[in-house]
Amino acid sequence: MPIDILMPALSPTMEEGTLSKWLKDEGDTVTAGDVIAEIETDKATMEVEAVEEGKIGKIVVPAGTENVKVNAVIAVLLEEGESTSDIGSSKPAEPAPAPAAQETPAAPEAPKAAAAPAAPVQNVAAADPAIPEGTEMVPTTVREALRDAMAEEMRGSGDVFVMGEEVAEYQGAYKITQGLLAEFGAKRVVDTPITEHGFAGIGVGAAMAGLRPIVEFMTFNFAMQAIDHIINSAAKTLYMSGGQMGAPIVFRGPNGAAARVGAQHSQCYAAWYSAIPGLKVVMPYSAADAKGLLKAAIRDPNPVVFLENEILYGQTFDVPKIDDFVLPIGKARIHKQGADVTIVSFGIGMSYAVKAVDELAGLGIDVELIDLRTIRPMDLPTVIESVKKTGRLVTVEEGYPQSSVGTEIATRVQQQAFDYLDAPIITIAGKDVPMPYAANLEKLALPNVGEIVEAVKAVTYTA
Amino acid sequence: MAPRKAPAAASRKKQSAKSGLNGGITEFDKDTELEAYREMLLIRRFEEKAGQLYGMGFIGGFCHLYIGQEAVVVGMQMALKDGDQVITGYRDHGHMLATGMEARGVMAELTGRQGGYSRGKGGSMHMFSKEKHFYGGHGIVGAQVSLGTGLAFANRYRENDNVSVTYFGDGAANQGQVYESFNMAALWKLPVIYIIENNRYAMGTAVSRASAQTDFSKRGVSFGIPGHQVDGMDVRAVHAAAVEAVAHCRAGNGPIILEMMTYRYRGHSMSDPAKYRTKDEVQKMRSEQDPIEQVKARILELKHASEDDLKSIDKKVRDVVADSADFAQSDPEPDPSELYTDILL
Repeated sequence: MPIDILMPALSPTMEEGTLSKWLKDEGDTVTAGDVIAEIETDKATMEVEAVEEGKIGKIVVPAGTENVKVNAVIAVLLEEGESTSDIGSSKPAEPAPAPAAQETPAAPEAPKAAAAPAAPVQNVAAADPAIPEGTEMVPTTVREALRDAMAEEMRGSGDVFVMGEEVAEYQGAYKITQGLLAEFGAKRVVDTPITEHGFAGIGVGAAMAGLRPIVEFMTFNFAMQAIDHIINSAAKTLYMSGGQMGAPIVFRGPNGAAARVGAQHSQCYAAWYSAIPGLKVVMPYSAADAKGLLKAAIRDPNPVVFLENEILYGQTFDVPKIDDFVLPIGKARIHKQGADVTIVSFGIGMSYAVKAVDELAGLGIDVELIDLRTIRPMDLPTVIESVKKTGRLVTVEEGYPQSSVGTEIATRVQQQAFDYLDAPIITIAGKDVPMPYAANLEKLALPNVGEIVEAVKAVTYTA
Repeated sequence: MAPRKAPAAASRKKQSAKSGLNGGITEFDKDTELEAYREMLLIRRFEEKAGQLYGMGFIGGFCHLYIGQEAVVVGMQMALKDGDQVITGYRDHGHMLATGMEARGVMAELTGRQGGYSRGKGGSMHMFSKEKHFYGGHGIVGAQVSLGTGLAFANRYRENDNVSVTYFGDGAANQGQVYESFNMAALWKLPVIYIIENNRYAMGTAVSRASAQTDFSKRGVSFGIPGHQVDGMDVRAVHAAAVEAVAHCRAGNGPIILEMMTYRYRGHSMSDPAKYRTKDEVQKMRSEQDPIEQVKARILELKHASEDDLKSIDKKVRDVVADSADFAQSDPEPDPSELYTDILL
């Protein structure tokens, strides 16, 4: 049967074009790959190649014709043994039976957007494990808690290894991996060159192959070099592969401001990574949460960004002495119950909030303080429940104010609990400036306890 | 074509004086020639059909065809064994077919249908197959080099003898992470073959306009990684080099670079008019060095098969491709509920 040669779409956006020139005449023989015509698309002059071999039986659209719709028959090709008499009366353009083309046969337009299905309701994460009466509480620094979490998980599975700059021989730039080399050896505690982009990619590749890498960034500021692998390679692979292949990997390290290290070393990435579907983002405050959540992150089959804080590393908290203490990712922790106002914070932000809560108690204001712990998936139900009770909300974080975690919480709370609000939500964040070096300016750039106290007084209309 | 056991690869040799890494070729026996012919033809016909379906609006977005470069993946794959991993960039349909992924699943992914390898959620640049050890399908130029090095890291960690075959182009070869990866691969002696498919143009930029060192086989010199230029239009030369490179990696000698001198006939993507090169240049490659025609000429000359036999192979290949195209056009689009699946496990 003669083969229709159709006007091709030769750009992602082309709907019609000009048939500028025929390079073959009726009667010419062509083989696959021969250029038969030139067309003008919306972008460029393109060559049309024959896809089948045969003889040009008829040119349907003459050279010079403008506005030829995509998929219109422009010529008819005869196969071996056929003649022009086999050509049927010129048929109208056959619409491609693609769903896209059925509505508008001329162009491969996007199908009329059906309403997107509702996003699935987030499963409420499991509650923290019960800590039996009489459990010994061991004062532990965040630093030790993180190390213990890694060591326990590395004992549990040979597939878990840690890689990064100075993690082995040097014992960790911030001593988080102290002792791991001695226990697990150089195969599983891998010193890398200073090459974040490369080793993040190697970590993701190893994870795609089924290992369980913990990639330590000396600080998350340096992970800017590697953010392509965190987002494009790690977070998106499961979706792009239709569920076949993912990247069970933990990216961890100190995040946010330390003390007077200047603009390039003082940035919080909580809001950045929290925007990405396919990632989990954890940002613990206490040593117990650091331990339980890091263990959970290492076991999680998804890529987890685990944001620590250099200032918190040396702080001591009670950690329950329980075998295999694992906490649920995606569950906020009510740090202190209260009735008058809700404060939501996470990571280092909690240290300001905890002090403010004490000060406010002195003023007779009973604060409910929520430690978000996980930024994505976010435990909004816990926040909403609290706001329904208190009617007032203040958020506290160190990151930049625009598109912050706090603004995200504020948006969702006003959508889901508008009627319960008795005052506008106040979001406290770092100031909208690169971090200055001077001690006084740095202090001004960060949130402080006084700001929180004032915010709480404002939303509670306290003089 | 699925990867095969190593002994089969070894048995097809009739060793020439020069080694495969030094431009030598190994003559193929009859069966090997016919297999190479069939596999390359499958890629060629598949890509022609994909181009056609793109023109008809069934395939959208970006679509980068592999036509002209078929000998590279086919020759490489013939030297691999089950368990060896393959990873590449966005010009990836040929690699998928060579690893043995089904034409139907690849074509249906191109048309964004539920029967595609990624259930329609990946597209031309993003397909994977755990079963065939194909790790994508990556759209960020050069990213697959670090990822492929990571696959090799996993092999060494697990102490198996699998090799990671990491493909990238002359354009990607200028990305920084390539050299970060080279450094670590050499430092840790990772079993990775870096295949630089030098098709002369990074999109529209000729190699000489973008690269201070245009001999890509030398790009590993700073790291002590051996590198060799290979005639990527001759499947025998590719295979001979592949056999030696694979042996180098399996023996624990660390990474190796093979620069495949090849050529793409089509534009960078479907919407590229390719004005940066002359028609004569393309025509010369097609008429003098076409990888499929080379095999075909030898087959006929040595009377491994008749014209009719080859026509019958061609017919079978066309049937496979036509079947994949029919499937890719009739298979339904993914269910709207798929929008929210496969984001997290």
